[in-house]
Amino acid sequence: MTTVSLTVNGQSVTADVDPRTLLVQFLRENLRLTGTHVGCDTSQCGACVVHLNGQAVKSCTTLAVQANASVVTTIEGISQGGDLHPMQAAFREHHGLQCGYCTPGMIMSAIDIVNRKGNAVDEQTIRAELEGNLCRCTGYHNIVKAVAAGAQAMAQAPLQQAAE
Amino acid sequence: MTATGIGAPVRRKEDQRFVTGQGRYVDDFNRPGQAHAYFLRSPHAHAAIRSIDTGPATIMPGVIAIFTGDDLATDKIGGLICGWMIHSKDGSPMKAGPHPALAQGKVRYVGDHVAVVIAETLAQAKDAAEAIVVDYDVLPAVVDTAQATKASVQVHDVSPDNTVFNWHLGNKDETEAAFARAKHVTKIDLVNNRLVPNPIEPRAAVGEYDFGTDNYTLYTTSQNPHVARLVLSAFIGVAPEHKLRVIAPDVGGGFGSKIFIYAEETVCVWAAKKVKRPVKWTSDRSEAFLSDAHGRDHVTHAEMATDENGKIIALRVHTTANLGAYLSTFSSSVPTYLYAPLLSGQYDIPAIYCEVDGVYTNTAPVDAYRGAGRPEATFVVERLVEKTARELGQNPAEFRRKNYITQFPHVTPVIMTYDTGDYAASLDKALEIADYKNFEQRKQESVRRGKLRGIGFSSYIEACGIAPSQAVGSLGAGVGLWESAEVRVNPTGSVEVLTGSHSHGQGHETTFAQLVSDRLGISIDQVSIVHGDTDKVQFGMGTYGSRSGAVGMSAIAKAIDKVIAKGKKVAAHVLEASEGDIEFKDGRFGVAGTDRSMAFGEIALQAYIAHKFSGQDLEPGLKEGAFYDPTNFTFPAGVHICEVEIDPDTGVTKIERWTAVDDFGVIINPMIVEGQVHGGIAQGVGQALLEGAFYDESGQLITASFNDYCMPRAIDLPSFQVGMTVTPCPSNPLGIKGCGEAGAIAAPPAVINAITDALGHEDIAMPATPQAVWRAAQKSRMPMAAE
Repeated sequence: MTTVSLTVNGQSVTADVDPRTLLVQFLRENLRLTGTHVGCDTSQCGACVVHLNGQAVKSCTTLAVQANASVVTTIEGISQGGDLHPMQAAFREHHGLQCGYCTPGMIMSAIDIVNRKGNAVDEQTIRAELEGNLCRCTGYHNIVKAVAAGAQAMAQAPLQQAAE
Repeated sequence: MTATGIGAPVRRKEDQRFVTGQGRYVDDFNRPGQAHAYFLRSPHAHAAIRSIDTGPATIMPGVIAIFTGDDLATDKIGGLICGWMIHSKDGSPMKAGPHPALAQGKVRYVGDHVAVVIAETLAQAKDAAEAIVVDYDVLPAVVDTAQATKASVQVHDVSPDNTVFNWHLGNKDETEAAFARAKHVTKIDLVNNRLVPNPIEPRAAVGEYDFGTDNYTLYTTSQNPHVARLVLSAFIGVAPEHKLRVIAPDVGGGFGSKIFIYAEETVCVWAAKKVKRPVKWTSDRSEAFLSDAHGRDHVTHAEMATDENGKIIALRVHTTANLGAYLSTFSSSVPTYLYAPLLSGQYDIPAIYCEVDGVYTNTAPVDAYRGAGRPEATFVVERLVEKTARELGQNPAEFRRKNYITQFPHVTPVIMTYDTGDYAASLDKALEIADYKNFEQRKQESVRRGKLRGIGFSSYIEACGIAPSQAVGSLGAGVGLWESAEVRVNPTGSVEVLTGSHSHGQGHETTFAQLVSDRLGISIDQVSIVHGDTDKVQFGMGTYGSRSGAVGMSAIAKAIDKVIAKGKKVAAHVLEASEGDIEFKDGRFGVAGTDRSMAFGEIALQAYIAHKFSGQDLEPGLKEGAFYDPTNFTFPAGVHICEVEIDPDTGVTKIERWTAVDDFGVIINPMIVEGQVHGGIAQGVGQALLEGAFYDESGQLITASFNDYCMPRAIDLPSFQVGMTVTPCPSNPLGIKGCGEAGAIAAPPAVINAITDALGHEDIAMPATPQAVWRAAQKSRMPMAAE
């Protein structure tokens, strides 16, 4: 067993884990943060995307020990108080989800896209940047709309962005 | 229309939990003392099992138990079933081979279940599975659909030539006579490629047994938990029906693949009692590719006869349908009664004859996948219609229009009675949205840039609202296909609706609440939708075949009518008027011609306190249930137009425009309906351009991960132009036709018709990958090279 210490959604966490434990297993099974999902075993679907030190990573392809001394943010950690993060609100408003299973990974990727590409990110860029996230329900039409709207809304909510 | 009533684009109630990571899917459930199951699967497509030595594995760390097919047989656990009996032309019943949950003596496809390891952790279970020694006698495999009956390999003893059934529908003699007098006959050979459904949530199951009460609980990724309970109890015999609770909580997409009752959930429930621990299994994606029921896989030859006026006079079709190694839960119905009855499309075709040979192969079972039979039928009809128009030198849109059915009801030669529709209206609207009149100009612009541009139509129809129980019973279904609902009004006037439908992305918590809001005049926030738990909902047939609106909501509407009728009786007592004078309008019970009225919630309270009437006159309480059995299928229909640009140097097909005009009857929530259309189109485009499940000749699935099986990604798809026309469905009280499968049905022929239009020849199969399109484009170029 190996000891890992990290910050998850603002909370300090220390645990002994089997060295082969994946970050997604650690989040789901040790911390019971089940919002982060597993949809494949080849790092293709992106249902497991979380932020590691502010950058999107696939937590199915990251060992928990690699996150030692790091800051991890999951879907459970992006809303402030009772308010949805602007990207969460945009997915709801624009019907960017159906079954909801890919949604946490989509939202975490979308925030990362905005962080890297800016608030005025266009449709083609969004489509290209979502290459690591699969959705089987929506045909992406409304996801793309939601990401564009969420990107705009994040410009109006700088505090929330900073908090993340 | 109120802000939350029928027709309003209400934002979804369920989304709060989904966007915050609070959804509860099966794998999110962890039961106290839970152990983990891992299935050892066959690495061979076809092999006899000489022996299984579990000894070395049993003593590995964390192993609790290892079971094989012998253990299930000892406990008299039955095999998995196929619930739809198909009879061959000669009247003989289909040849159903045994389908044990864990193999008994033989494995028949790669991924077939050989043994299960139950261990403290999943990692330990996997480690131990590697230590099980199975002595296989590897046999040759049959994988090719078209060759299955000619192979020397026999998948099941019951079927010497691998034939499951030789079935037919329609009128052979009239069809042959029409072909004999035809002016023109168009022929086509088609392969409808095998697909893997791939909902992003893999299947999962947690079985639990309570020794104190003798109750079993199964958490499972199911589209129809009551059907799962019925099959697990009455047929497989895992537990008595009244002792088995099946919970299908949030389910992450189904597309058909979660209708079926599989080996894994069967074993989890049974094993939970054996090991006295809750047993959890979650599929990984590799297992899902191997063992989720696949879809499609038809090989078809079809011919269309036209007369001297360009009218279609007959259609004949021969299809070989690959059903895989075993008959899955509803597999036999898919290439038969969900397929051939749709072969009339939107067209007035006087004579149709279809033969379908169902065959076994050493591949994963094939069953319903979004559209289930109807995409296959639509692909045949729309490819043939397009090709016929081209051969006759007619405009494909106008050729379709000339042959549209215009009088309703219309009885087809393949047992359907279309109730209503206006196909030309959808075509006109689609042509306008697609800017068809300027297509030629766009094509010339593409040519100037060295590109090929094509346009493809798909005038699809589907049969949804599945289905009238008596009708499907006469066709071989083992169950009725009605739906149930219970509307419980609380004393405070809030409402709980218990429905037998199940939502796995469709947004029932919102749309069903909209119906209640509309009918009872209360806010949707006052309505809770309860589904997916057999301990709460008495019975239900579940969600598939675009049935939850047309059938499930009709049951709710029927129960609401009863609630209003009871409410009027209560109001009559409270308002001291005769029942006949009570009106219910805008959420208030009032006395006609007076200003005396009470809100719905006030009457609900009166129903429960029961102070104003005697229990002899009127029962207290306000709760009503209903079973709704549809009187006919519903017939959503529409026109999709796909416009592509092909780069002949790379073979890359880019979808430049997608126009969808659909007639779904009355729409409850246009936002959700459009979302269903988008998702369906994406799956149809996936089939046409990207997806294909391929086995090599030894029966190894060579497309068994998301690295190898090309799922549509955001960059592969355009934004869609979606329009609607409305002819209300006369066959149910809400006028709903259903929308869940339309896109997946309409899209494949639209794409292939566009590509073949661009290429100038018909020789392209699905998936039309860049490599395939590049090769086909070279063929188009050859005459030019010769010039």
